[in-house]
Amino acid sequence: MTVFVLAGNPNVGKTALFNLLTGTRQQVGNWSGVTVEKRFGVMKYNQSVHVVDLPGVYSLSPFSAEEKVATRYLINEKIDTLINIVDASNLERNLYFTIQLLEFGKPIVMSLNMMDVAKSRGIKIDILKMRERLGIPIIPMMVRKSEGIGEFLKTLDMPIKSLNFKINYNQKIEDAIGKIENLITSLPQSKQHNSRWVALQLLEGNTEVRELFKKEDILSKVDSIIKELGFYLELSVAQTIREERFRWIGELLQEVVTFDYVKEKTWTERIDAVLTHKWLGIPLFLLFMFLTFQMTFTWVGTPLQDILDDWISGPFSETTARILTSIGADQWLIQLIVDGIIAGVGGVLVFVPQIFVLFLIISFLEDSGYMARAAFIMDKAMSKIGLNGKAFIPLFVGFGCNVPAIMSARTIEQPKERLITILLSPFMSCTARLPVYALFISIFFVKYQSLVIFSLYLLGIIVAIILGLTFKELFKKEEDSIFIIELPPYRIPIVKSLLLSTWDKGKKFLKKAGTVIFGMSVVLWFLANFSWSGMVEMDESLLADLGKLIAPVFAPLGFGTWQAGVSLISGFVAKEIIISSLSIVYGAGGDSIAHLTTIIQSVFNPVSAYAFMVFVLLYTPCMATLVVMKKEIGSWKWPLFSLMYSFSIAWIFSFVVYQIGSLFI
Amino acid sequence: MTLSQCHIGDKVRVKSLRMSENKSKRLMDMGLIPGTTLEILRVAPFGDPVAIKLRGFQISFRKSEAKNIIVEAI
Repeated sequence: MTVFVLAGNPNVGKTALFNLLTGTRQQVGNWSGVTVEKRFGVMKYNQSVHVVDLPGVYSLSPFSAEEKVATRYLINEKIDTLINIVDASNLERNLYFTIQLLEFGKPIVMSLNMMDVAKSRGIKIDILKMRERLGIPIIPMMVRKSEGIGEFLKTLDMPIKSLNFKINYNQKIEDAIGKIENLITSLPQSKQHNSRWVALQLLEGNTEVRELFKKEDILSKVDSIIKELGFYLELSVAQTIREERFRWIGELLQEVVTFDYVKEKTWTERIDAVLTHKWLGIPLFLLFMFLTFQMTFTWVGTPLQDILDDWISGPFSETTARILTSIGADQWLIQLIVDGIIAGVGGVLVFVPQIFVLFLIISFLEDSGYMARAAFIMDKAMSKIGLNGKAFIPLFVGFGCNVPAIMSARTIEQPKERLITILLSPFMSCTARLPVYALFISIFFVKYQSLVIFSLYLLGIIVAIILGLTFKELFKKEEDSIFIIELPPYRIPIVKSLLLSTWDKGKKFLKKAGTVIFGMSVVLWFLANFSWSGMVEMDESLLADLGKLIAPVFAPLGFGTWQAGVSLISGFVAKEIIISSLSIVYGAGGDSIAHLTTIIQSVFNPVSAYAFMVFVLLYTPCMATLVVMKKEIGSWKWPLFSLMYSFSIAWIFSFVVYQIGSLFI
Repeated sequence: MTLSQCHIGDKVRVKSLRMSENKSKRLMDMGLIPGTTLEILRVAPFGDPVAIKLRGFQISFRKSEAKNIIVEAI
């Protein structure tokens, strides 16, 4: 098995090239130990070749969790050929990363992408000369238009030799490199890696490369070499190495790049002049947020949802029941399938359209380049609650699902800010909570539909702000806050990439519906229809016993019934299950909605219904969220903390809502 | 002069970075090293951070960083 590894800066078309190489034969998994997304797949044109897409990074000296993944991969995993994708319109910065790969010494093929953008900016590149100077195959491409892919594949087919690339640093640095190479030469690590690269990375202070030698006693010697070298240099060692690399690149570019003309203002700058304008920037930002929610909930998502709901609870349930009856299935089996599984899974499936619409919009905002602007616009406001502009993206994604939200917090470099972002994101009301609001609103607040939904989303945000302020005070930061972000050029997203990334994000819901929710529906149905002595009325079932045990906890909040208690407990598995279990415990079957409505009207009043929704909004994040929290933070301490404090907050807020509301009713 | 003292539209050259190694490494990995020409493009609507153009692309960082970047007029 041959392994090709894609590496390059962020925003250079790496994922687009990966999609082009693998087609739909790709998988998204997690890197071991961390939940940074790992994309890998089989080459469309050659089944025996594996392609791995590394996270986009600026340097091999890691800074964020995401960058650590890339460096660790290079150090530890099998690589046959590195595919370095480079933005031709932004050569200087891209080549800085290329140099580190070249020094690494593995065979490299360069995909010189965005030749069209470079040309439109008047940049002309002498590719033959660049090949000669770097000593690697370089293929000019326009990945978005699939141009250059033929030649690129042909190059990949040919044997690519390891290289012997070398920049001559100043004599003092060269001496230090020599000393470090001597130190490590007898160690096994230097057999696996190019020792000059290792020496340079140690000089730069690459934490992951240092990690390789933590068992050896050479690090203190390395440190004294760095210290000694520091006396001779004007700048720090890390600065000097970077400066010399950029100088080398500058000289190279003098030879290979010519400018036909220099464009004064790019399109991106013109668009930014409007979208990040002093006065227009914020209104436009709010408008985009408003449009996102309108499209998801009013214009596109909900109409689709209604159609699906009608079909599942109507024709689909009825036909299934009819078929089951005609083949002579037992009554209990029909009930299990129709009232348990179809009601449970169907109650969740109807939200798939909304979820996909929201994820499609999020992917669009990401791919177009606007998300980085949102972070830019929001940074000041977010910093007031101890966060960072980059936290906007995870929190916004949280309205879709908290799991990817927490994962996307990994781009936040400052550990405390990342932790706070992770702890706050469950208060962003995810789409899984929507079914609950939808049901109760349709019963009690039809006239004030938008207002009630809006108030809940707002409440989540307000609670997050209050907690943000509290956390900010609680863990005063020793480390400085960091906000450094690239504002990439605006691009019209490629439809195929948009669909692929929407599918990636959304399919987890489908999977969840098919597995966890399916299973829970079956379990719930059995618990709701059986006691130790066999099939019984639901009031005497095991589920009722369990519900009655915890119902008193919720009595002061206005919903102390065993059914409500059970639905909230089962909602811990996944919040969609709240609605599934309400459908099951209130015995709603084929003609579900009407039946469920009547029962809920008799047990809730508007105040307790609102208190229930507030509770669902704020209480304990679902299991998947807690698990991903644990993975991201690395310990159970914070997820457990989150579990407890959000339950308490939910209880307090619901209590206040119910007790104050009841005074008026 | 520091970068934070410059105005929108100014073009300046970086003389030195006076910040923790962590931050300066990140900026340098993105190409902001002594000798680089910077153009101040914009300030965010709330007054912070700033958007800077260098080597043909844009980055954004806060004024607290800009205060620690020593520049000279070209």
